[in-house]
Amino acid sequence: MAEPLVKVENLKKHFPIRGGVFGKTVGEVKAVDGVSFTIQKGETLGLVGESGCGKSTTGRMLLRLLEPSDGKVYFEGQDVTKLSPNEMRKMRREMQMVFQDPFASLNPRHTVEKILEEPLIVHGVKDSKERKKRVKELLEVVGLSSYHAKRYPHQFSGGQRQRIGIARALAVNPKLIIADEPVSALDVSIQSQVLNLLQDLQEEFGLTYLFIAHDLGVVRHISDRVGVMYLGRIVELSDSEQLYDNPLHPYTQALLSAVPVPDVEVTKERIILKGDVPSPSNPPKGCAFHTRCPQAMDVCAAERPVFKEAEKGHYVACHLY
Amino acid sequence: MSSPVLEVKGLRTSFQTDDGEVTVVNHIDFQVNSGEVLGIVGESGCGKSVTSLSVMGLVPSPAGKVEGDILFKGENLTSVSEKRMREIRGNEIAMIFQEPMTSLNPVFTIGSQLIEALQIHKKWPKKKAWAHAIDMLKMVGLPRAEELMKDFPHQLSGGMRQRVMIAMAMICSPKLLIADEPTTALDVTIQAQILELMKKLNNETDTAIMMITHDLGVVAEMCQRVVVMYAGKVVEEADVKTIFTNPKHPYTVGLIQSVPDMREKKDRLYSIPGNVPKPGSVKEGCQFAPRCAHAYERCLSETPSLDTLEGGQKVRCWLYEDQKGVDIVGRTIS
Repeated sequence: MAEPLVKVENLKKHFPIRGGVFGKTVGEVKAVDGVSFTIQKGETLGLVGESGCGKSTTGRMLLRLLEPSDGKVYFEGQDVTKLSPNEMRKMRREMQMVFQDPFASLNPRHTVEKILEEPLIVHGVKDSKERKKRVKELLEVVGLSSYHAKRYPHQFSGGQRQRIGIARALAVNPKLIIADEPVSALDVSIQSQVLNLLQDLQEEFGLTYLFIAHDLGVVRHISDRVGVMYLGRIVELSDSEQLYDNPLHPYTQALLSAVPVPDVEVTKERIILKGDVPSPSNPPKGCAFHTRCPQAMDVCAAERPVFKEAEKGHYVACHLY
Repeated sequence: MSSPVLEVKGLRTSFQTDDGEVTVVNHIDFQVNSGEVLGIVGESGCGKSVTSLSVMGLVPSPAGKVEGDILFKGENLTSVSEKRMREIRGNEIAMIFQEPMTSLNPVFTIGSQLIEALQIHKKWPKKKAWAHAIDMLKMVGLPRAEELMKDFPHQLSGGMRQRVMIAMAMICSPKLLIADEPTTALDVTIQAQILELMKKLNNETDTAIMMITHDLGVVAEMCQRVVVMYAGKVVEEADVKTIFTNPKHPYTVGLIQSVPDMREKKDRLYSIPGNVPKPGSVKEGCQFAPRCAHAYERCLSETPSLDTLEGGQKVRCWLYEDQKGVDIVGRTIS
């Protein structure tokens, strides 16, 4: 297999809980607790999971918007976690991010032109005419018009703003785009427009995506491979076909069965999980899922399962396999 | 067919803004029969939440104006006094809001918030109300109900708070429960629990549910009848099976095709071009015409009416009046 574009090894993020008079560390929230995966060039890796499972934190650590507590991130063979802030800034030319909330991630006091110019200035495009030309190109690429450049973010609808967010990420011709819930704030009919746009751009520019979302339908649609996260760990990782047709981990099975399907003729056998996701500051011992797992055994409470290949290209962390 | 609990006729809700009057809900009619689950689907800004606020009498006055008839068990809610409305609200019509985080009062215990409705509406003494509230918490599947009564909302998780909200709404055994996006803020596994609970409550009591949502999956799961709204108007109404197997309005068809299906992967998603119009921006013609692939001259100049087709399906589209024979998906209509 070719060298992967991104290789993540045992990535961890522990946030300290401070308490007491002197702000001493009294505990840790293990937001991400040992995540490993690779992304091949040109593919889309989806990360799904419920809120608080650490999927966004993982995405941010790849760009070092959050400093990892432990672990390594290789981008084209180079360890990103070792770079100085200055080198990291240069590195971000290759990897960009699209954020969830198109209302909060654009500066309301800047025109679209200024928003799109900024990454170009940072990454050393000095000629102002060239920058203006690039801004026009970018707007057309994402399906807006060049006359939109003089407008402010509040003059756009949610879907259009998300297009601006995507244009900003594309400005410096990155290789990798980390999309953190890019469509969850949008309506269904707008959501499908943006998903189609992302697919078109991938074909046109050979982009690689890390697509983070909680909507399982959306993730299946866009991803080649999918990783399922639970309490800071990846519990299952496989081809998207494989994962949806033949989920191995009991959590994945429950998650898939819980999604209401827009079809009246299907009656699904539903696995309803009891209770809530445990707090990541005090995760259960052994397998993190054993407290809610319908198939839990004694060994699950005692030992943390290893993340291993159960079938070809289908990885799962569960004692059942 | 069972009798209607709620009949909405020609409801029009408008707001006074700096740019003049904006009509958010534009002459809509629908009814909720006793014991049924009615789904109201639409995208943001289509007026579905304002419809529910109008029914509850919660549209702020004088900025907002509600016209038309809202008949609840024969009584017209648009003309009753505020005093009478208070007797109905929370007692006979109850509501669950989208945000379980912000719709509970953070400075009162769960228990005191739960028994308030019983003390006010039923004039029950505190002890009796307290005992009944504990039963309600047990009914919605919350563990250690007695202790929970003394807890504050911040001590509960999102799913638990939504269960408390449901218990609070159901505590006076209302005839109608309005659920405004009850599961949108929740994770899928918690959503499955809440939907299951609402189905159970609907089966066990004769409470009718008016379910407002944008999630077609939730509709397919929960509802018996569906009303599809677009830009303040009802564009289609039918039973849930017909909506999914034989949708008529181009908007409904587009909406259903836009949802990525978890069960199979398509190369490309269908998408409706353009954006949802701002309320009040389309003055004449069909509201959907600018985005519709089948629009022709008549759609741009005349507003279609909500016609009843065979089998009780209602649709607001000129195609079915002008081009009898073939519908937009290419099927023949008898």
